[in-house]
This record gives sequence, C-alpha cells and structure tokens, in this order.
Amino acid sequence: MTLLEVSGLRVTYRTEDGPVLAAKDVSFSLGRGEILALVGESGCGKTATAMAIPRLLDDTRATIGGSVLLDGVELTALSERRMRDVRGKDISVVFQEPMTSLNPAFTVGRQIGEVLRQHTGLTRRQVRERVVELLDLVGVPDARRRAGSYPHELSGGMRQRVMIATAVACDPKVLIADEPTTALDVTIQAGVLDVIRDLREQLGTAVILITHDLGVVAEVADRVVVMYSGRHVEHSPTAAVFDRPQHPYTIGLLDALPARAALRGGRRRLTEIPGLVPSPATDPDACQFAPRCPRATAECTAARPALTGADGGDGHLVACYHPGPRRDA
Amino acid sequence: MNNAALENGPSAAADPGAAAPEPVPQWRRTLRRLLRRRMAVAGAVLVLLFLLLALVGPLVTGSQTRLGLTHLLAGPSGAHPLGTDDLGRDVLARITGGARVSLLAGVVSTALALVVGVPLGLAAGYYRGWADSVLMRLTDLVLSFPYLVFAVGMAAILGPSLRNVIIALAVAEVPSVVRIVRGETLVLRSQDFVEAAVADGARDAAVMWREILPNMTNTLIVKATVAIPAGILGEAALSFLGLGVQPPQASWGVMLTSAQQFLSQDPLLAVFPGVAIALTTLGFNLLGDGLRDVLDPRELL
Repeated sequence: MTLLEVSGLRVTYRTEDGPVLAAKDVSFSLGRGEILALVGESGCGKTATAMAIPRLLDDTRATIGGSVLLDGVELTALSERRMRDVRGKDISVVFQEPMTSLNPAFTVGRQIGEVLRQHTGLTRRQVRERVVELLDLVGVPDARRRAGSYPHELSGGMRQRVMIATAVACDPKVLIADEPTTALDVTIQAGVLDVIRDLREQLGTAVILITHDLGVVAEVADRVVVMYSGRHVEHSPTAAVFDRPQHPYTIGLLDALPARAALRGGRRRLTEIPGLVPSPATDPDACQFAPRCPRATAECTAARPALTGADGGDGHLVACYHPGPRRDA
Repeated sequence: MNNAALENGPSAAADPGAAAPEPVPQWRRTLRRLLRRRMAVAGAVLVLLFLLLALVGPLVTGSQTRLGLTHLLAGPSGAHPLGTDDLGRDVLARITGGARVSLLAGVVSTALALVVGVPLGLAAGYYRGWADSVLMRLTDLVLSFPYLVFAVGMAAILGPSLRNVIIALAVAEVPSVVRIVRGETLVLRSQDFVEAAVADGARDAAVMWREILPNMTNTLIVKATVAIPAGILGEAALSFLGLGVQPPQASWGVMLTSAQQFLSQDPLLAVFPGVAIALTTLGFNLLGDGLRDVLDPRELL
C-alpha cells in the first residue's frame, strides 16, 4: 500500500554560476511502516531529495519539479499555509546535528510540547503528559525529570532522542531522518537506530533514512535507493543490494566498507572508487558514473541508461548498461 | 513548563559548592556568577541605590520646590544635608526628585526603543527583501547624526517637556536597536534549531518569537544597560539646554544649568547633580559590563 509517491522529482538550485540540478527525475514510493534508505556520497542529492518532500528548501534559491503525493494529496501544489500543517504533523524531520537542533533557550519538554500545541487541541495538562510519554517512547530515562532539562544538560544521544520525540509527537505518517546517527558515537548510534525501528513497529511510521553509512542501511532499511550525482542508479530491497549488487557504483560503495573487504580475503587496503563526484551542474546525456566506472564502454557516454528491472525480479531496478554482480578481475 | 526545574532549584542551590546533578535554573547560575564579580556588584549597588532614592526618596526629603529666602546658597547643614540652591530650595530633595526624572527618562526611553526596535529588527532580519533594505537605509540616515544632536533636534521640534524628551531619546535609540536585533536575527535564522522549528510546521511569528528572540535576550539585556545611561545623560543634556524638564521641576540637567551661574560662589551646587549623573551612569555601565561577561555563552561552566 503506497503512502508516499515521489515521481520525477527535480530540485534545481539557482547559483551564481547558473542552475545546479541537485536531484534529477528521482522516483520512489514508500509504503506504510516501511523504512527506505537513501544512500550515496556527499553531494549526490540525497538531502535535496528528502528536504524537497516537505518543501523545506529555501524557495528563493531552489525550485522543485515533479510530483510528491502523500496519501493522494499533491504536496507540491499546496499553499504554504496548508503545507505548514503538513510539516510536523504528517511529515516530520530529524536533522543530522542533535547538538544544535534544539533551541537552547527552552527546556526540552517545552520544545516537544510546542509541536503538540501547534498541531493538536490538547490541553496544557495533556500536553505535559504526552511529552513524558514521548520521552519514554524514545528511551529517555527518568522522562518526567528530563522534560525539565535544558538541551545543554543532555548528551548528544539524548538530544537526538529528544529530536525524534519532537518529530513523532503528532504521530506523523512519514519521518524523514537526515543522517540521524552521523554525529553520534557508534555505541549511541545503535540505540538511536533501535528507537527508529521501534517507532516503525509501534506507530507504523514510514521512514526515509538518509545516510552514507551502509552499515546503518543493512541494519534497519527495508529498501534502498542508491543515488549518484542527483539520480538514483539502483533501487532494490536491502538484502538484494548487499547480496547481488548490480550497479558498479553500488559495488564500489560496498567494496569501500572495511568489514566487506575483510570478508573478501583479508586484504589490508580498502578499495576506493577512483575520481570524484561530478559537478551536479552538468547533466550530460550519458551515464554520470562512466568516468569512474571500470565497466564503462562507448555506449555509456553516448546516452543515459534508463532505470530498468535487473535479474531476479523482486523490484530490483538498476540504471546501467553493464549491470551484474561483481566480476573480480 | 519550568516547574520541574524550579522544584529542583532549592536542593541544588543549598549546596552550591558541589557539582550539582539537579538542573539549576539558568538565571540562578547567571546571578551567582554575577555576584562573584566585584565591579558588577558595585554597579548593581549603585543602580539599586539610585532606584531606591528615586522611589522612596521624595517621600522622605520633603518638597523640592519650596523656596527658602532666608537661606539662599547655604552650605550643607543639619536641616539641608546637601545645602540649598540660589532660591533656597533643598538640594537633597532636588537631587532625589532629579533621580526620579533621570531614571524615568533612561528606562522609559530604552523600553520604548526596544518595543519599537525589536519587532522591526526581527522582521527585517527574518524576511529580508526590499522592506529590509529601505529600513536599513533609514537607520543609516538616523545613525549618521550623533545621538545627542538627533535627540536635540527631535526635542526642539516636539517642544520642551519630560514626555517629549523621552520620545526624542527613544527615537534616537531605535535605529541602533533595530540594527542589533536584525544582525542577531540574521545569524540565528540559519541555526539548525530554527530550521527544525520550521520543519515542525511553526509559523513565521512563532519562529521569530520563540526560536529567535529568546536567544538574543543576553544581547538585549546588555544593550539596555548601555541605552539606559545614555538616556540618562541625554535627558540631563536636553534639560541643561532648556529643551527638557522645565523649572521649577527638578532634574539633574536643570540643576546644572542654574548652578552654572553660581559656580564661583557655590561650586558644590554643580558638584552634587554632576556626581549623581556620573554615579548612575557608572553604575549602569559596570553592571552592563559584568552582565556582558557573565552572559557570554563562551563563559558557560
């Protein structure tokens, strides 16, 4: 059952050097209670794609094209006023930086309560009770007392839990988590991921998880969209991406993982992908990955490969002329 | 919403030496740090002293306008601790009355400037655009005049009275308030927590009021401790020039004007209001310096 349908999404930034296409024809759908991971290197357009969904991009600098349907409602056509009601209620966002994403001037309880006051008709007392419930839900110990703490009195992991509590306060249909664990210690990361997984179980929240950490993906995601230079190049169930990666870029990302490299014969050196991410300003009719690709042929630079079904069915899509599992040379 | 923090307060405050595990209200910690600074405490004492003088002094000292033709320009005595002026009026009573006028002018003009300047600065910094540009050129225009010159001009147009002095001083102060608030808003609006509030569906007014404004209270407090003494000096200057409080009502500026003629016969007549002006402004400045240091977020812990 489709909850969120993104099709042909384009994000264009106006810059002094002309327009920059941060996301090009990105399409995916998200079902209720599903966790979808958006994966790719820095600058590949994952954040632009995700932030375009609740229209959080500065509209003086970015234009959004394509269609975003949430429960059948076209979000790109809503007025800013209606959109504000969607934000925080139907779609909410957890940002990367828990250290700076909370207002230092107020207690965390008040900040969580603010969202409830805004979007629900709860009384003051009900808000207070719900805040404690939410803090409990995201695993903040001693929630009643912690609600009276200021952000600087909490650790990074606790703050990220507070951010998540704020985000799920109104039972959103979609939670967008932009690198929610990147700024945290590894030991804290696991806890935060558990919280996200629990929320899916308990509340049926669908999650778009933006990350460059394939370990995180393997742990929590149901499906994966791999992005490269503003386009999605591979799209499949999580298991398939790890077992049978098709796109050479995905294979490159996996080979750069230490654990994977160790499995493949204990070589010391990790394999990196040569070259750099291309400038998103250019959008040639060719495979953007071709200059860095070991499998590139003349065909790759002649026309852009379309996203097509890969071997094995199960909705595994790949945009490559030479897909297929690793061929060790 | 602060109840939990307040309830935790007393137990933590009872043991200030230990690393307090209970959350301590921020204002209490700030106050504690302030009290450790000798100069700031001296400033606070001076300010409180003059505040007390202004509030209850006139009830004690008697009339500030009653003439006493038998004791003109008398020196300090038991009946008149600070002596009498050229019309035999009690100087202490007039200093006390002047304190009321001075503090009123300083505080009210500053409050007015904040009430007008803060919303303007918030809106300008948050929305930017052409309205911001127009507003900024306007503030440039006003700021291109020295503060006092502008206030003198305004007071001259409005006519002499305490109310008009306050209005003139407030108008002269507004542009700098707008500038400061706008600058802080520009910095704060790009902070993550502001973005997070927008992502939670907060309205523009809510973002400005709850996310941005509370995070510049420190700046505004410090700004006020600079603006209040400037207002006090401004009132004294305008009254000295005859553009402010009119005799026979007492004001430190008015007292200086009349003392001027008797400088050789009774220099003390000029000394008392002069000292009063110097001490109040010094008090506010010391307090402001202390607050600036204590409220500096880099000083946390």
